Amino acid sequence: MVALPVAVVARSGLSGGIDAFVRALWHPVARAALLLTLESAAVMALVNAFMGTLTAYVLVRYRFPGRRLLNLLIDLPFAIPTLVAGLMLVVLLGPGAPLGRSLESAGLRVVYAPASIVLCLLFVTLPFVVRAVEPVLRELDPAEEEAARTLGASDITAFRRVVLPALTPAILSGALLSFSRALGEFGSIVVVAGNIPRRTLTAAVFVFGEVESGNPQAASAMALVLITISFAVLVLVDAFSRKRVHA
Amino acid sequence: MRRRLRPGRVALIAIAVTYVCALVAVPAAALLHGAFAEGLTRFAAVFTRPDVHSALALTALMVLVAVLVNTILGTATAWVLTRDRFRGRALLNGLVDVPFAISPVIVGLVLLELFGRKGLLTPFASALGVQIAFAWPGMALATTFVTLPFVVREVAPVLEEIGTDQESAAYTLGASPLVTFFRVTLPSIRWGLAYGISLTAARAIGEFGAVLIISGGVAGRTETATSFVYRALEDRDDLGAHAVAVALVTASVILLGAMEVLKRRRLGADRSTGADGAEV
Repeated sequence: MVALPVAVVARSGLSGGIDAFVRALWHPVARAALLLTLESAAVMALVNAFMGTLTAYVLVRYRFPGRRLLNLLIDLPFAIPTLVAGLMLVVLLGPGAPLGRSLESAGLRVVYAPASIVLCLLFVTLPFVVRAVEPVLRELDPAEEEAARTLGASDITAFRRVVLPALTPAILSGALLSFSRALGEFGSIVVVAGNIPRRTLTAAVFVFGEVESGNPQAASAMALVLITISFAVLVLVDAFSRKRVHA
Repeated sequence: MRRRLRPGRVALIAIAVTYVCALVAVPAAALLHGAFAEGLTRFAAVFTRPDVHSALALTALMVLVAVLVNTILGTATAWVLTRDRFRGRALLNGLVDVPFAISPVIVGLVLLELFGRKGLLTPFASALGVQIAFAWPGMALATTFVTLPFVVREVAPVLEEIGTDQESAAYTLGASPLVTFFRVTLPSIRWGLAYGISLTAARAIGEFGAVLIISGGVAGRTETATSFVYRALEDRDDLGAHAVAVALVTASVILLGAMEVLKRRRLGADRSTGADGAEV
């Protein structure tokens, strides 16, 4: 049931021969879509690595009012349908919303622009880095960090030299997982990005468009590329987690 | 963990809270505002429309099928993965996660290639007299596929942890495998299983890409709640889209609450049996 998809997509993508396969992917619209998807996912993964680590640190090390609510909010994107997530962003930042209008008059266009794609991806992958880093941080003895501070290290040095090295594998695998998840994101992006070819059309939306317009060969070619990248990233994550177990 | 109140600490908390609220809470509030802006009566009126009814009913059916199939097959798979040693076990273990790595749109595309008009398996399906693509069986297949890993991934570690001692004891005392499963194994895995089911249900409610492609999204016939929201947005029926979206979010939040309770229960159960590895 599960190995089948790859075979089916490969068969359909290569149905016109290697030539047609390459031509489908080399089409300017397809190329731009793939590039946009990789770029948006990379930007998201970077922001996520930074903010996710910060959020996990705050959740584990500090006690403050509203901490449990914050903890719940982080899991909400797992439960909310991604299409609804996109709808939320349109309602908040769309041309009909007060916030969207004032941003636009300030020259900042979010909805129907590439920035909205990154925003969608940040929403749907919010838990990835936080939940990967949290358990590792909890296992880590705060005394080590404390000792570094007692020995005269600043907060930032103590974090960078003591905490960060222990967290790096978890941060990396969380960020890579979010990257892999982001490549296929469809529901939220399709309502927010406007799907303008060569500008805001992502690879997953491209696949959808090609299916709808009766071109399964191009859709499958793109699908095959997406699956390959996703799997490569997952293999990388697996290698990291193995290394962590051995360490 | 009492510490001096450092300005750096307050700043970090403020950044984390602002980030999460701006990303999640503020957009959610905006949606609620949008749905109720025209008053409660108009909001409620959306749920009397026949196309909304059939969309919600179809989503409920999808959730039901996905939960039923994945509860049974997922528990069986977890069992096989933890209790049996066989060649290809590592491969099977890796394959279980494949639905997480494949975009729902691609899942829809694959199902269409298999069961669509010129699909590979369409001759078999029509020989059996079942219509799969553009009908509920295809949609149920898509939903079941994308939710396949949840039960396996929640139940397998629990099975691993409880070991086989109690099961062996039951066998020795003359219990049949079936009785052993229902009287010994099932009670031990119940919280993990319930957690897996909640995740399955939450994901099934929200499934959109795969179902949209395989269903064709015909209003009143093959349109799920998420497809309805999509169509309503395209038709500029903002109130309809917002109202059904609020219903979906409400269902998700209820499930998330249930999962939070289950997590606590599970930790409690772990502590009382003295199993280690419980995170407090």
